[in-house]
Amino acid sequence: MNLKYKDTKKQAFNNGIKDGFPIALGYFAVSFSLGILGKEAGFLPHQGFINSILSHASAGEYIVYTLFAAGATYVEIAVMTLVANARYLLMSTALSQRIHPDTSMIHRILVGFGVTDEIFAISIRQPGYLNPFYSYGAVAIALPSWAMGTALGIMVGNILPDRLISAFSVALYGMFLACIIPEAEKNKVVAGSIVVSFILSFLASALPYTKDISSGTRTIILTIAIASVVAILFPHEVANDES
Amino acid sequence: MMNHNVYIFIFVAGIVSTIIRVLPMTLFRKPIENQFIRSFLYYVPYVTLAVMTFPAILSATQSVISGWIALAIGLVTSYKGLSMFKVAVICCVAVYICELVII
Repeated sequence: MNLKYKDTKKQAFNNGIKDGFPIALGYFAVSFSLGILGKEAGFLPHQGFINSILSHASAGEYIVYTLFAAGATYVEIAVMTLVANARYLLMSTALSQRIHPDTSMIHRILVGFGVTDEIFAISIRQPGYLNPFYSYGAVAIALPSWAMGTALGIMVGNILPDRLISAFSVALYGMFLACIIPEAEKNKVVAGSIVVSFILSFLASALPYTKDISSGTRTIILTIAIASVVAILFPHEVANDES
Repeated sequence: MMNHNVYIFIFVAGIVSTIIRVLPMTLFRKPIENQFIRSFLYYVPYVTLAVMTFPAILSATQSVISGWIALAIGLVTSYKGLSMFKVAVICCVAVYICELVII
């Protein structure tokens, strides 16, 4: 047991808190802007807090707010959450390869629950097997910050001047771009997929018939169609240890 | 207006998010072999985030012009490899300054 990891549980937990701190700061600002969106969709602070604790994903929560405001069905929210968060399937799969085979189910479940883009990024960087307590430390500081930022955005977002709300509202899109563009720089197929996605998304929102489809359903259809075609035309070779 | 229970709505999203995160961790102790599924999963985040960003970013702000500027600056700063947090903050500041000038 002691030989599995270099650090003790306590050391790993403290390291997680240390590495999670800058993430927590960033989360606070971004989740604040999510809260403003939540407020517009009619959510109360504690509802935003619960949503952030359960989903803790910017794109996923964005979908909850926009789809709820649009009167989407439970099935639509389930499918869209699956589509928007599908990347976590990959991250969790990659991270599962770094969990010691003897690790108990409860630790696997808890580490999996904590996966976000940023937590994944710092966890996969850990040398050797991932000590679950490292993830717990990072999540322990980042997740409350994310949830409190959301609640605060809902509470005070509406007393901010329009100018500031307008400015905050692009934070999420900035975060989305920062998620996708670095990979586009390395991979031309990804870059091409993003350009095609921009164009088709724009056309679908402007052309007759397709523009009447709800934005959530449009996103599902476009994502599945574009990603399938790209996957068939340009199969992606992944090294097993690629992170 | 549809009248859904907000808590069920949040709960459905939370359950799906949790299953997505937890299932691979508990099931896949070996890499997925199917080439198509691997490739599809690899491309999905880029495609879906791109679809959600554009053209929505243009209508998020008070002016379409500041939306375009946020998009351009977001693209450039992400390309330069700035962190997610910095990109988000720079986009916000750009919109604020732009709207001070034009509105």
